[in-house]
Amino acid sequence: MLTARNLECIRGEHKLFSNIFFSVNPGELMFVGGPNGSGKTSLLRLLCGLSSPDSGEILWNGMDIRDLDGDYRGMMTYLGHLGGIKDDLTALENLRISCALADCEIDENQAADALGQIGLAGREMLPAKVLSQGQRRRVALARLLVVQTRLWILDEPLTALDTAAVKLIKEILEHNLSKGGMVIMTTHQEIVMTAAAVHHLTLS
Amino acid sequence: MIWWIVKRDLLLAMRRRSDVLTTLFFFIIVVSLFPLGVGPEPSILRTMASGVVWVAALLASMLSLGRMFSSDYADGTLEQMLLSPVSLAALVTGKAISHWLVTGVPLVLMAPVLGIQYDLAGDALLVLTLSLLLGTPVLSLIGAIGAALTLGLRGGGVLVSILVLPLYIPVLIFGTGAVEASSAGMEFGAHFSILGALLLVSIVFSPWATAASLRISMS
Repeated sequence: MLTARNLECIRGEHKLFSNIFFSVNPGELMFVGGPNGSGKTSLLRLLCGLSSPDSGEILWNGMDIRDLDGDYRGMMTYLGHLGGIKDDLTALENLRISCALADCEIDENQAADALGQIGLAGREMLPAKVLSQGQRRRVALARLLVVQTRLWILDEPLTALDTAAVKLIKEILEHNLSKGGMVIMTTHQEIVMTAAAVHHLTLS
Repeated sequence: MIWWIVKRDLLLAMRRRSDVLTTLFFFIIVVSLFPLGVGPEPSILRTMASGVVWVAALLASMLSLGRMFSSDYADGTLEQMLLSPVSLAALVTGKAISHWLVTGVPLVLMAPVLGIQYDLAGDALLVLTLSLLLGTPVLSLIGAIGAALTLGLRGGGVLVSILVLPLYIPVLIFGTGAVEASSAGMEFGAHFSILGALLLVSIVFSPWATAASLRISMS
């Protein structure tokens, strides 16, 4: 269970948000909404531990994520705006390396399988720089098919994807939720998903 | 895990050879210009050889520091490294090793060839090469700290040199010292011991300091 208590984030002179309370239980989904610049990405970066809140605390099963450190990072997958995709590497190499970084090494066949499932069959060996924006996003998202983490924190995962891919991602997320995983995501698209509970957190 | 990072960085270097060659050509050109500028007096060239080669190696190594983390930073890979359950210090060690393999090793291999221009004797060439072999990994390891601290800053390149060059000075002094001692027919083992000690100290402290600097730069 991920719990946030009284989170506050200040950027320079500007208070992005404060008094944020929520908790996400296994099988539950949380959408983080709000206009551009309202601090959605900043909130997600706090939740995955890339930055620290100016006040408040983030707890994973009752323990502060900063104390859990590597144990927490082993249970969480974060996909940001930047997919971590290298232009000079092929789709396959990109996927294998991003999985290895997440401490979940896969061989070439597993990587090719995952890329096939996400709709990149036949393009595994192309360097990422020749892929379209949507295809690059698919390479980044293919990691979700492989990792065994409980908590997924996704920043605008649906950007640049076509309707077929959006449907596919929806299925992948719903599958994770049905296994008792947790998903926290931001999106500007209307998407309906089934989960044990769907929370909406709107930043202003 | 270190192996994954090294393999990836070498693969990237292979696909972007120009970056690697820039460093190497810079080194070759700087070292080759000195004999042309100073004139063909062998005794002068012999005295200045180790200094010139070492200073060129220092600058060449620094030239490539900016690229160490910047592309990973720009495409989001660095975020994923920070979020990896594997210790960041281990990943950073991998980055430093690959930086050394890509920029340090070619310099070490070229040094004996370039040393011939300075009329260095065979054993002095050997000592020069060995001193670079021990010293260049220190440059990569210390440079990683500077590169991590200045990540994402404007004018980071200048700042890196101000931060890192003072720390390079001991390596420079003992690296050139070893060659001078050997040319003078003296014992140079002590210089090598100190270079080795610098290497060990930087292997222990640099990954940890670099990891901490990266976390500061990224938050």
